[in-house]
Amino acid sequence: MKQGLSEKLKKSRDALAGRLASFFGKGVPNAADMAMLEEALLEADLGWKLTEKVMTDLPALCSKQGLGLREGLAVVLRGMLPANADPPGDPRPLVTMIVGVNGSGKTTTVARLAAMEKARGFKTLMACADTFRAAAGEQLALWGTRLDIPVVTRPEGTDPGAVAFDAVASAVARGFDRVFVDTAGRLPNRKGLLDELSKVHRVIGKSMEGAPHRVLLVLDGSVGQNALQQAGGFASAVPLTGLVITKLDGTAKGGAVFAMAHELGIPIVFIGTGEGGGDMSVFDPVEFTGALVGL
Amino acid sequence: MFDRLAERLSETFRTLSGRGVLTEGNISDAMREIRRALLEADVNFKVAGRFVSEATEKALGGKVLKSLTPGQQVIKIVHDQLVELLASGSSSLHFTGSPPHVVLLCGLQGSGKTTTAARLAWWLARKKNRRSLLVACDLQRPAAIDQLEVMAKKAGAGFYCNRAVSDPVLVAREAINQARLQQYDTVIVDTAGRLHVDQELMDELVRVRDAVKPEEILLVLDGLTGQDAVNVAVKFQERTGFTGSVLTKMDGDSRGGAALSFAAVTGRPIKFVGVGEGIEGLEAFDAERLAGRILGMGDVVGLVEKAQEGYDHQEALKLEKKLKNNDFTLEDFATQMKKIRKMGSLGDILAMLPAGMRPAEADMDTASFGRMEAIIGSMTPQERRRPEVINGSRRKRIAMGSGTRVSEVNRLLSQFRDMKKMMKRMKSMKRSGIRGGLPGLFR
Repeated sequence: MKQGLSEKLKKSRDALAGRLASFFGKGVPNAADMAMLEEALLEADLGWKLTEKVMTDLPALCSKQGLGLREGLAVVLRGMLPANADPPGDPRPLVTMIVGVNGSGKTTTVARLAAMEKARGFKTLMACADTFRAAAGEQLALWGTRLDIPVVTRPEGTDPGAVAFDAVASAVARGFDRVFVDTAGRLPNRKGLLDELSKVHRVIGKSMEGAPHRVLLVLDGSVGQNALQQAGGFASAVPLTGLVITKLDGTAKGGAVFAMAHELGIPIVFIGTGEGGGDMSVFDPVEFTGALVGL
Repeated sequence: MFDRLAERLSETFRTLSGRGVLTEGNISDAMREIRRALLEADVNFKVAGRFVSEATEKALGGKVLKSLTPGQQVIKIVHDQLVELLASGSSSLHFTGSPPHVVLLCGLQGSGKTTTAARLAWWLARKKNRRSLLVACDLQRPAAIDQLEVMAKKAGAGFYCNRAVSDPVLVAREAINQARLQQYDTVIVDTAGRLHVDQELMDELVRVRDAVKPEEILLVLDGLTGQDAVNVAVKFQERTGFTGSVLTKMDGDSRGGAALSFAAVTGRPIKFVGVGEGIEGLEAFDAERLAGRILGMGDVVGLVEKAQEGYDHQEALKLEKKLKNNDFTLEDFATQMKKIRKMGSLGDILAMLPAGMRPAEADMDTASFGRMEAIIGSMTPQERRRPEVINGSRRKRIAMGSGTRVSEVNRLLSQFRDMKKMMKRMKSMKRSGIRGGLPGLFR
């Protein structure tokens, strides 16, 4: 898995490493190197603010701890990531709600996470509370058939809260270990749609005390600085517990999600690469930042 | 979508307008701010750099009008350059051959191709009176075919798929024959999302293209994309030679620098933007409007559109006309406030106003709206239509009636006056050729 991830993040890494190779190992950073680094960080979607912070912190750190730019950068970046939250005990079923903007990869993420849990021997259920988008239910149902995981769907236009309630209630009754609730994509500046999301969240809590135990925000790896607003909007509606970055197998760097995780203190928990059902891995900060800066 | 950028730029220009003459020094200050703002708005760093150096050159090169203040000069230069960049090429669809005319949509996963395909069919039917056949060539994503089928119904368009075939090239080719037989004049081909670095799938896309010989190839690009927009656009252009793009999710908040990046690196026009959730959420791209929004003149048209969620189309048209003719009264103002309160997030709405018209953070709570409504409610119909008749004793009466103070009444009246002035200026500037007008930036 580790090998696979490194391989898949190769493009992200190459983009940065390609630039940085010329000055790695040279010791004291000079102005030209730093300018190049600035460009590289900006191109990785790290954003102006965080890039500036790195540019300020890095030289001091390098000289203080006697590190090369490359190691220094990795140290600085890792230090910026919030620690992963503790798993919330061992509730059965463990209910995970998946939220995000349109097209970020929520449904695929649900399928992949469910597949991961099933492979670990947990009895897993998927629920489609996206009753808005045409054929969203069918999409998840097809994944269910493919992965041999039961799926709860309702016709388009059904109240999404009702689907979520039914799914969780039936999972409790039938002794499932894991429930993944997919929701409709929405832009986080749409108040009405966010209210709907809060409602789904609330309703799940009524079908099972303490649920949903995890609320994961799915972000497209190619997203820009809007990631911060996205997360802020969603966080105002539901308590986000973690982030999932998808589509990291292109040239996208996921730097914006990194910056956002730093800014809001929400940990990145999974990352998705490729298109297959199994292309999801647990986020490893050391590995991720390492891959990003080419270590 | 560009609100944050607009804020920052108008901030810069506000400080700049306080100084006397354009010097290399104060230009470089402003330009640094512009670069930073562009970067924050996700404009590609190379594009931002080039944009800023070109703008600087123009500003120092003396291509400025003598009648403008330094701040106006910089704004004009940046504004014109933005429009020029954003409006490259034509933004409508061009069909020259014989029907059926084929439009091919391509893009990354999740950029919004299927939704755009159906919206395009709806748009073509409504605006161009065309009968479109929607073709499902996304054979990768589970249930993509079903999604398009449902959306085709919503759009009132024809639909073609072949679930027994696994090669999209065959499906596409057969669809064209079907379109001929059934006399559709337009064929819209939806394809599977693919990564620009996926050789195999890109080859497949090229084969689909060669099979259907589209007159328009549109790259569907997520408006929320960051720096990577450039890589995606360049790669897709290399392989498909697209004719333009559709930027989706443009009703998202405050970003959209991808638009600038796209236009700058491909030189191809942005033809449509996708907004909202419904089948009608496709709009012709308007560079002036976008550039105006970048420069802090807000998006009054966008505001009207957003308001449509709250009330019907007729009413929106009336308001738009009133805004244009500058006979917007306090009555309308009160009605609008009521609607706006219904629309939810006030910050989003106000962010669409020109920067200078935007009340300070503290004033932006709905409670102050309630007071303003009460004040207007305590006026006579005549006072609402012609606020200039409101003298001292009327003010006192209005304040008593609404449970507010005379100072609050005064503030409302002066705000309303400023707003009217602003609209007038927008209108006259449009006429005098400074595109879009630049209200509220030079206080």
